[in-house]
Amino acid sequence: MTGKARRTDGKRNSYSMEKKIRTPLEGDVIRLLGAGEKVLLSGYIYTARDAAHKRFAETIKAGGQLPLELKGQVIYYCGPSPAPPGRVIGSCGPTTSSRMDAYAPKLISLGLKGMIGKGRRSPAVRDAMKQHEAVYFGATGGAGALISRSVVSAEVIAYEDLGPEAVVRLEVRDMPLFVINDIYGNDLYETGVERYRSGPLY
Amino acid sequence: MRGEETMRDIHTDEIISAIENLFIDANINLPENVYKAISDAVEKERSPVGKEVLKELLRNADAARQEHMPICQDTGVAVTFLEVGQDVHIVGGGLAEAVSEGVRRAYKKGYLRKSCCHPFSRKNTGDNTPPVIHAKIVPGDKLKITVLPKGGGSENYGEVRMLVPAQGRDGVKTFVLEMVKKGGPNPCPPIIVGVGIGGNFETSAMLSKEAIMVPIGERNADEELAAMEMELLGEINRTGIGPQGYGGTVTALDVHIRMVPCHLASLPVAVNIQCHAHRIREMVL
Repeated sequence: MTGKARRTDGKRNSYSMEKKIRTPLEGDVIRLLGAGEKVLLSGYIYTARDAAHKRFAETIKAGGQLPLELKGQVIYYCGPSPAPPGRVIGSCGPTTSSRMDAYAPKLISLGLKGMIGKGRRSPAVRDAMKQHEAVYFGATGGAGALISRSVVSAEVIAYEDLGPEAVVRLEVRDMPLFVINDIYGNDLYETGVERYRSGPLY
Repeated sequence: MRGEETMRDIHTDEIISAIENLFIDANINLPENVYKAISDAVEKERSPVGKEVLKELLRNADAARQEHMPICQDTGVAVTFLEVGQDVHIVGGGLAEAVSEGVRRAYKKGYLRKSCCHPFSRKNTGDNTPPVIHAKIVPGDKLKITVLPKGGGSENYGEVRMLVPAQGRDGVKTFVLEMVKKGGPNPCPPIIVGVGIGGNFETSAMLSKEAIMVPIGERNADEELAAMEMELLGEINRTGIGPQGYGGTVTALDVHIRMVPCHLASLPVAVNIQCHAHRIREMVL
């Protein structure tokens, strides 16, 4: 464990290596991911934000079936802008993840392996990631036009009535992400900030 | 002296079309000075992760321009500032309705996301109206329009606080730094920080919003405030938050302060945060 944790401390100095990974995420890939690493993600991912998560929770509570098989999958917290004519999708950067914190631990316990968003996660989500070996990736907030170039196809698979909050299956190719929380408990928001902080804590 | 001949007519059709064009343009094309500030930040940033993020922001601005697509999917609430010359006569309809119609058209035609909803039911209004309109009467016969589509992520980390006068400069500084720390990665750093001091409760908030609209790199004409801006910028960049909060030495692109006198008993202070996607456009009719 220590050996693996060593390379996951967010203190790497260059991006000579961008790791290419694919969904569905398997344990052996996840175990090699470390906070601070840049990855290029390919395969299918699913958008879901506030309203869709609320419906997931209601469905699970009622014993119903979710519109996607969670095992090994990755959810992207994103509400894209409308697709202009001739394009697959509009601008599609991440939204703030903390609003989904109330729902994430349950989804992780059901097999969800990755989440993409921006901003810090709650202790409960971080614990669930450690316990069930899931990771949290950061996509660059406000880089929605660039991210749209990684999207090969987009298909609404559930909750179309929610408009920009519908669940969309995206096929992505080399989507640029940073690992924020790895399965060893490292958090880029803590290690990165502590490393470059030279002033007092407020 | 009060002859109608001194009034200048501006038709609402002209205003509608100006608002439509400004919001589409603002959402797609990052202003040159913001692009330059981010380019400069790539050089200043010490963290490799931070540098990489900043480069992504430049590539994103290029992609948006080339593909005629919004810089960010959060195309914001349509904040509109109007400086109405006192010798202007608006014809053809209501001024506020003209602004709303321009917003409606821009968000539809420009494929911009509609991000306006009922506060409790969260039902979307469907056309990104109502816009937020701030109008001021000024001398002259022109109408100046400034649009500032403002995303939710950064706006969520603003606050007005009525300080005790004894807290003074240090109290203001501590408040600003507290807000920057509280936001951390969420308002999409590198941020622009607007600080409004004085006036009263609502004036301080308006001043903080006007402060984020001051061009990056421009210092307050008052030497003391200019020094305070630089001091705050230095301290914010020493928090270590960095681009996207991944750690780094560029947390803010700039800090602007606007200050006016206030009541003997008060020290109103407001902090408004702007994300790196600082979208702003203006036009004079």
